[in-house]
Amino acid sequence: MTPSTINPSVSDSRNNMNMIKTLTGIATISGLLIVCAYTFTLPRIKFNKAEYLKKACFIVLPNTVRTQPYKVNPDGTITKLVTEDEKSQKVYAGYNANNELTGIAIQAQGQGFQDVIGVIYGYSPEKKAIVGFKVLASKETPGLGDKIDVDQEFLNNFKELDVKLLPDNSALAHPIEVVKKGKKVNPWQIDSITGATISSKAVGKLLDKSTSSIIPIIEKNLQQMKEEK
Amino acid sequence: MADLPHQKTTYSSMNDFIKGLWEENPVLVQVLGTCPTLAVSNSVINALAMGIATTFVLVMSSALVSLVRNIVPKQVRIATFIMIIATFVTVAEYIIQAISIEIHKALGAFIALIVVNCIILGRAEAFASKNPLMPSIMDALGNGLGFTAAIGVMGTIREILGNGSFAGIDLFGPHYEPMIIFILPSGGFFIFGFLILMYNIINQRRKAKQ
Repeated sequence: MTPSTINPSVSDSRNNMNMIKTLTGIATISGLLIVCAYTFTLPRIKFNKAEYLKKACFIVLPNTVRTQPYKVNPDGTITKLVTEDEKSQKVYAGYNANNELTGIAIQAQGQGFQDVIGVIYGYSPEKKAIVGFKVLASKETPGLGDKIDVDQEFLNNFKELDVKLLPDNSALAHPIEVVKKGKKVNPWQIDSITGATISSKAVGKLLDKSTSSIIPIIEKNLQQMKEEK
Repeated sequence: MADLPHQKTTYSSMNDFIKGLWEENPVLVQVLGTCPTLAVSNSVINALAMGIATTFVLVMSSALVSLVRNIVPKQVRIATFIMIIATFVTVAEYIIQAISIEIHKALGAFIALIVVNCIILGRAEAFASKNPLMPSIMDALGNGLGFTAAIGVMGTIREILGNGSFAGIDLFGPHYEPMIIFILPSGGFFIFGFLILMYNIINQRRKAKQ
C-alpha cells in the first residue's frame, strides 16, 4: 500500500504542492534568464540591426554615398528625420557625391512560406523602377526558399523592375507579377525560382503591396527630397 | 591498489566526454537529432553554426537539469526539462543576434528548432537528471561535439557534391554541374545512411583489431 492510499488527501496535496512549487520556481528562473539575456544584448542587437540596415541601403541604391531618413506622415507628407524615431514608417533618400538624389530605399514586409519576410528595395525616380533589392530577414526553408536572398537569376529581376504609376499617380500602372521561371516578358514581371515558388510569389506580393502605397507618396514629395538634401 | 577518489571521478568524467564523440555518437549511434542533421547539413557553415548553438544549449540545459535533479518531482520532469531547454534556446538566439546579424540570418528558423532536438531532451532524461554536475557537463559537451562533428561531415559531403563549394568557397568553377539531389532531403537521407554504414564498418574493423 502506497502512502497515498493510506492517507490520500495529505500526501497527494503535498505532492501537488511540490509540483506546483517546482514548476513555478523553474518558470521564474527561466523568466529571469530570458529577461537578463534580452536586456543585456538589446543595445548590441539594436546597433547591429541599424548597421545592417545602413549597409543594405547602400547596396540597393547604386552610386550612393550618403543616406537621409525621412519619416512618412499619415497625411502623405514626409519630414526629414534628424533623431532616432523607431515607431514611424521611414524611407531613406540616397545622394551621390554631387549631392544629387540617386533614389529612395524602402523597407517592406510580407508573409512568406514560413514566416514574415523583411526586405529593403531601392526605387529610382528617374527610371521609375526598382533598381536594388535585399532580403533583410527571412525564415524561409534553407536550400530552397532562402534562395530569394542569393539566387543570382532571381536577383537580376530587380535590376530594373518597372513600377511606374498611372498618369494620375494613384496606383501602379502594371501590378508586379510573378511568373514561372523563363516566362518573363514584361519589365514588371518577376521570374520565380524553381523549387521556391511560394517564396518567390511572396516577394512579388509584398513588393506590389509596398510600392502601391509608398511610390505615390514618394513621387508627390520628390521635389522636397531633391531640394532638402 | 584502489583508485583515489578524485582520480576515479576524473577518469569517468573524461569517459563521459569521450563516449559522446564516437562510441555513443548521438547522430550515428543513438540516432537522435536526425531532423536538424538532415535539414541544416546542406552547407558547412550552417551545419557548424547549428552544431555550436546546439552544444551551447545542451551544456547549459544539462547543467541546470543536473542542479535541480533532486527537487523536481517525477511527474513534471519532462515539462521542467522542456522549459529549461526552451529558455536556453531563447538566450542562444539573443546571443547569436548580438554577435552577428549575418549568422542569425543564415540560421533563420533553425535556432528555434533546437528546442525539439531530441539529443538535448534525451541526454537530460537519460543522464543529467541522474548524475552530478561535472559528469553531466562532460556528457553534454561530448554529445554536443559528437553532434557537431557528424553534422559537419554531412554538411561537407552535401555541399561539395550538391553545390560544388565548401563553406561558400567555390571549388570546381562554373562548369561543374552540381548534383542538386544532395542538397534536397532525399540526398540527405542517402548521405546519412552512408555515414552510418561507414561508421559501422570502421567500428567493426576497430573491434576486430582489438
